[in-house]
Order: sequence, then structure tokens, then C-alpha cells
Amino acid sequence: MTNRKASKPFMTFVYILCIVLAVLSILPFLIMLINATRSTTEIQQHAISLVPSGYLLENLRILAGKSFNPMRGFLNSMIISTGSTLCAVYFSTLTAYAIVVYSWKLRQPFFTFIMAIMMIPSQVVSIGFYQFMYRIHMTNNFLALILPSIAAPTMVFFMRQFMLSSLPLDIVSSARIDGAKEFYTFNHIVLPIMKPALATQAIFSFVSSWNSLFLPLILLTKQEKYTMPIMVSLLKGDIYKTEYGSIYIGLTLTVIPLFVVYFLLSKYIIAGVALGGVKG
Amino acid sequence: MKKKKLSYAKYGYLFSIPFVIAFCLFTLYPVISTILLGFTDFKGIGAVTFHFLENPLQNFQTILSAPTFRTALGNTFLMWIMNFIPQIVLALVLAAWFSGTLFKVKGQGFFKVVFYMPNIITAATVAILFGALFGYPMGPMNDLFTSLHLSDGPIEFFRNKWVARGVVSFIQFWMWYGYTMIVLISGIMGMSPEWFEVAEIDGASSWQKFFYITLPNLRMILIYTMVTSLIGGLQMFDIPQLLVTKSGPNNATLTTSVFIYNQAFSGSYLYNRASAASIIMFLIICVLSTIVFLLMQDKYEIRERRKLRKTARERRKREKPAGRGNL
Repeated sequence: MTNRKASKPFMTFVYILCIVLAVLSILPFLIMLINATRSTTEIQQHAISLVPSGYLLENLRILAGKSFNPMRGFLNSMIISTGSTLCAVYFSTLTAYAIVVYSWKLRQPFFTFIMAIMMIPSQVVSIGFYQFMYRIHMTNNFLALILPSIAAPTMVFFMRQFMLSSLPLDIVSSARIDGAKEFYTFNHIVLPIMKPALATQAIFSFVSSWNSLFLPLILLTKQEKYTMPIMVSLLKGDIYKTEYGSIYIGLTLTVIPLFVVYFLLSKYIIAGVALGGVKG
Repeated sequence: MKKKKLSYAKYGYLFSIPFVIAFCLFTLYPVISTILLGFTDFKGIGAVTFHFLENPLQNFQTILSAPTFRTALGNTFLMWIMNFIPQIVLALVLAAWFSGTLFKVKGQGFFKVVFYMPNIITAATVAILFGALFGYPMGPMNDLFTSLHLSDGPIEFFRNKWVARGVVSFIQFWMWYGYTMIVLISGIMGMSPEWFEVAEIDGASSWQKFFYITLPNLRMILIYTMVTSLIGGLQMFDIPQLLVTKSGPNNATLTTSVFIYNQAFSGSYLYNRASAASIIMFLIICVLSTIVFLLMQDKYEIRERRKLRKTARERRKREKPAGRGNL
């Protein structure tokens, strides 16, 4: 594509704005990381500093000495996010496969129905869901947060789009000729072909499950079941009111796993967002 | 052959069963029971029995006439608008710059990664972090203000309701503009480069290209962005809940989701009122989404788009082997 040259002052403005926005994205986290290494007294004297200090372990000790147990939270979040991601990815692909590969009477109505339920806001589900889980004694049970992901309409929609463009139906029929059972074909032939889509969707499913607060907050009432975001909300409580250093280290602990995932996979994540259908 | 094809149909049903069961159990049944609870006297922690009210709309009347709910509704809209307008404007501008239809921006890969980054961080963490940044009596913001001699003593920022609301909106804006930008960029990249080339030959300026080609063709994506942002925004919970203690001065940052949470899971556990409030919000979301769709979509546009898609499809068929290497 040929580009007309934009004027120099205008380009300078473009770059300045981009740099300002980049600083805005990074600065809060930078302050957090640096303050995580500084003592509460140091922070009280000057809350902004660009020089790290040596109180990281001390802050960590204070943090762990109170109700905050990051390892527990990390583990719980890991179990829930992994479980719900596996459910969401596997069953969404299976459902999309049913819609794309087989011709059955209710196929079109079923797809329209999936499109329609994509817009149901979680608010209108939550009270009834809580009551249901309470009655069958499933509060404080991780399955209550994992199993609902089996029905993920947005992901079914995405998987269908991907299958339509990249799953050759010849493969399915030649597997049939070779005598493969339908379920076997899906697990051993179709799933491997779907890998790129599975990976993208898995990242988003994992991150959104990892970050969710509302449902875990109402369902998990026992301290040993708390997820990472609930742990974070404890930092707001009175017990940390004056422990500035440990608040920052607590926040840092919850951010680091996400930073690692993001900077390893940012290319795929950005490409995934561009494909749309992400905002849960 | 035909008979054999028919026999596969049962797998269509079979493979959809897990989805349907999970949907019925974890979405449909809860939605129905939320709706039913809205008409009952169901409240109190651990309650199991309930009765339908003699005046079925009593909970709805109570909620709609409650000043706190009205405040929450007003705040939710206000903070959504305060975040969405700057978000969409900035995202559009950045998308126009980064999509390369006007000029090239160096380092845009880096900028995209950095702008999108806040979106992936736990909202709860972001809320507590900003709470700490605006901390009182000592926090980075206060430090900055005193260093620059903008204030004499420490300021309790969130005592001012507009600051509290502004910060909530800013965080939403800050977390989502990168996302919106990437969605818009992919929309612009999907447009035919020929349109821009032809416009260039005709001597169109960058502004003209933006307003007469880019913007009109982004309409569907803009609708999508607006509807999803509206649905997300009207359910705003994590940030207002955790940024300011007790929703700030005069409930300045109380949103409807926080209101529903407070009704159902604190104080007197008014599940019935919370359900009624959820249903009201659901109806508001439905009505608004429909209005956005109708307002932003006119028949002429739909026909035009269909025609364009058809020509694009034909073009792709023709050009398939050549690819689009220069993009």
C-alpha cells in the first residue's frame, strides 16, 4: 500500500501520544513492583521512587503472617481455571462439531439458540445459581465454578467459525471409511486439527476464569477455598491498613503469573482479540 | 448412501447433549428461579421456604422507588458513559493510525502489546492497586501532588464524589481501550485496500478517507463493541466494589451490581429484592441493546454491505494464489 507522508509535527504528536499511553499502562505496575521491595517507612516518606530497596522478603513475611496465603489462593485459582478451561474448550468444540459436521433436524434452530443465549448477562443468573448451589450443598465446592463452563456459547460460536474455515470434511468421511467410530474421530483426528483455535480460546477462558471475582466471592465462604482475586480483596481490609509494603507485594504476587503468561503469549493473545468474540 | 447419512444425524444430538444439560442446569434453571424469586418473600441467610407475594410486583415497586437503586442506576450509566466515549474515540484514532491506511507508525507491535496489557490483569488487583496509588494520607498520588506543590497537605481524593467516579471510569477506560483498539484495527484491516487507493487517486485527504471510508464501514463492529461494552459496563462490579470503601461519599460509585450484591449477600440477605433488581437490569440491557442495533443499522447499509461482501468474496477467489503480501 502506498502511503502519503504525514507532516512531521503531526507524526511527532502521534509518537508522543503513544509514548504517554504506554507510560500510563506501565507506570502503575512499575510503582507496584518497586514499592513491593520498599519498607513501609520508606513508602511513607516518599510513595514514588524509581529505586528498589531491600525489604522484599520482610514485606513478604508480614504479608504471610496475616490471613493472606498466596500459595493457597494460587493453587485454588489454578484448579478452578484449569478445570473450567478444559471443560469449556473440550465441550465447546464437541458442540461446534455437532453443528458443523452432522445434518440433523434441529441443527439450525440449535445454532440460533446458541447465538441468542450469548447475550444473557451473568447478573440475572447469579442469585438463582447461588440458591441452587446452596440447596444442593455445592457452595465451597470448586465443581460449582468448573462445570458451568461446559456450556460456553461464545466459544461454541468461535469454534464453529474456525471449523467452517479449516476443518476439511473429507477427513471425517475418510475416517469413517477406515472404520473409525464417530467419537474416536472427534478425539483423535478433529481435536488435533483444531489445536490453534483450542490454544487461543484456552488462553482467554483461563484468564477470564482466573480474574473472575463475583461468583467465587458469593460461592466460596471458607478461607481455605479462596481464589486469588478474593485473596486480593482481603488486602483492602483493616489488617493491612498500615502495611503499605505488604499490600504492594500481595498485589505483585497476583500480577506476576499474568505477566508471565501475557509476555510469553502476547502475540497469540492479540491475534485472538483481533478475531473477536472475546469480551465474555 | 442416503440412508447411511441419516444414521449419522443421531451424533448431532448426542454431541450436543453435554452443552444442553449444562445450559439447562447452570443457566436456564437459575434464570427461571431468579425470575420466580423476584415475586416472593424469600430472604434471610439459609432460608429455604418462600411464598409468592399477594401483590406480585411489590419487590419491583420497592426497588424502583428505592433512592439507593436509582442512585446506583444513575451512577452505572454515568460511569459507563464517562468511560465509553473517551474509550471509543481514542480506540478509533489509534486504530486509524495503526492500521497503516494513512501512514506507518514505528513500534506499533510494542504499543499494541502495552496498550492491551491492563486488560489481562485481574480487575480486583487493579482496583486495590489504584486504591493504593490514591492512598490517604500517604500514597504515590499524594506524593506527586506535594512534590509538585499542587497541594499543601495530603488530599483524601475519594472524599470528592467526582474524583471517585472519575477514577472508576478511568480504570474502566484504561483497561478496555486497548481491546477496543485491536478489534477496530482488525475491522479496518478487513477492508479492501483498493478503496483507500482509489480514494487516494481521487485526491482524498487522510481525514476524508477516515470519515468517508473507514468510519462507515466500521459500523457493524462499532455496534458490536458498543453492545458488549454496554452489557459489560452495566454489570460493573469488581472495581467499584474494591476501589472505594462503602461506595464512596453518598454512594457516589455504587453500581447496580454492587447494589444487587449488597442486597443479596450482606445485611438482611434480601434475595427477593436482589432478584427483582437483577430482572430490572436484564430488561434494561435487552431494551438498550435493541435500541443500539436499530439506531445504528439502516436498511440501505445492510444492502450495501451484502453487495460489498459478495464482491470481496469474488475478489478473494480470484486473488487466492497471489495473497496479500503487501499488507
